[in-house]
Amino acid sequence: MTVAKANANEQGAAGSMIKSELVQRIAGQNPHLYQRDIENIVNAVLGEITAALARGDRVELRGFGAFSVKHRPARTGRNPRTGAHVSVDQKSVPFFKTGKEMRERLNKAQ
Amino acid sequence: MAGKTVTRADLCEAVYQKVGLSRTESATLVEMVLKEITDCLERGETVKLSSFGSFVVRKKGQRIGRNPKTGKEVPISPRRVMVFKPSAILKQRINAGPDGSSQQAP
Repeated sequence: MTVAKANANEQGAAGSMIKSELVQRIAGQNPHLYQRDIENIVNAVLGEITAALARGDRVELRGFGAFSVKHRPARTGRNPRTGAHVSVDQKSVPFFKTGKEMRERLNKAQ
Repeated sequence: MAGKTVTRADLCEAVYQKVGLSRTESATLVEMVLKEITDCLERGETVKLSSFGSFVVRKKGQRIGRNPKTGKEVPISPRRVMVFKPSAILKQRINAGPDGSSQQAP
C-alpha cells in the first residue's frame, strides 16, 4: 500500500511519530544518557523482536501486545490484470495481536 | 524450532548486552520505549519505526454483530483498534530464517 493511501485510511489523521522522534522523546527524559545510547536501545529492542520472529519464536509484551509468525501455504494465485495463473510459494508473515490493556486504553474516555 | 516465547526480560537482556547499562536501567529504558509508543497510539497517532513496521490506530464505526453462542444480533459499539503493518524488511527477515539463508520448509 502506498503512503498516501495509508494516510487516507486514518480518519482524522492525528499525526505520527517516527523512530528518530521516539529516540528524542526518550532522550529528553534521560539527560544522563547520550542520544546515541537511546538509539542503540531502541534498535536493540526492535532487533531482538525481529530476531525472535526470524527464529519462528513468539514475542509477548504484556499490556502492549504479542508478535507471532503465521505460515501461509503455497497457493495458485491469479494475476488480476491478465487473469493468468501464477504459483505463489509458501511464506511466513509477521502477525501482531493487540494486548488487552492496550485495547482498553485505546477506547477509554474518548 | 518454534515454540519459545520472548518476553520483556529477554528484551532487557538484549539491551543490557548491547548497550552497557546496568540491568535495572536497561529494564527501565525498555519500559520507556514501550510507554512512549503506547502513549502515542493512545493519542491516535501513527508510530512508524523504519525497517520494523508501523502501528496505526483505526477508527471503526458501529456495526451489527452476532453472539456466536446464542445467535442473537447485538450492536458492536464504535471503537478504536490498533494494527501493525510490518515493513518489507521485517517480512524479508522472517522468510529468510534465523541465519539469513532462504528457508523453504517451515
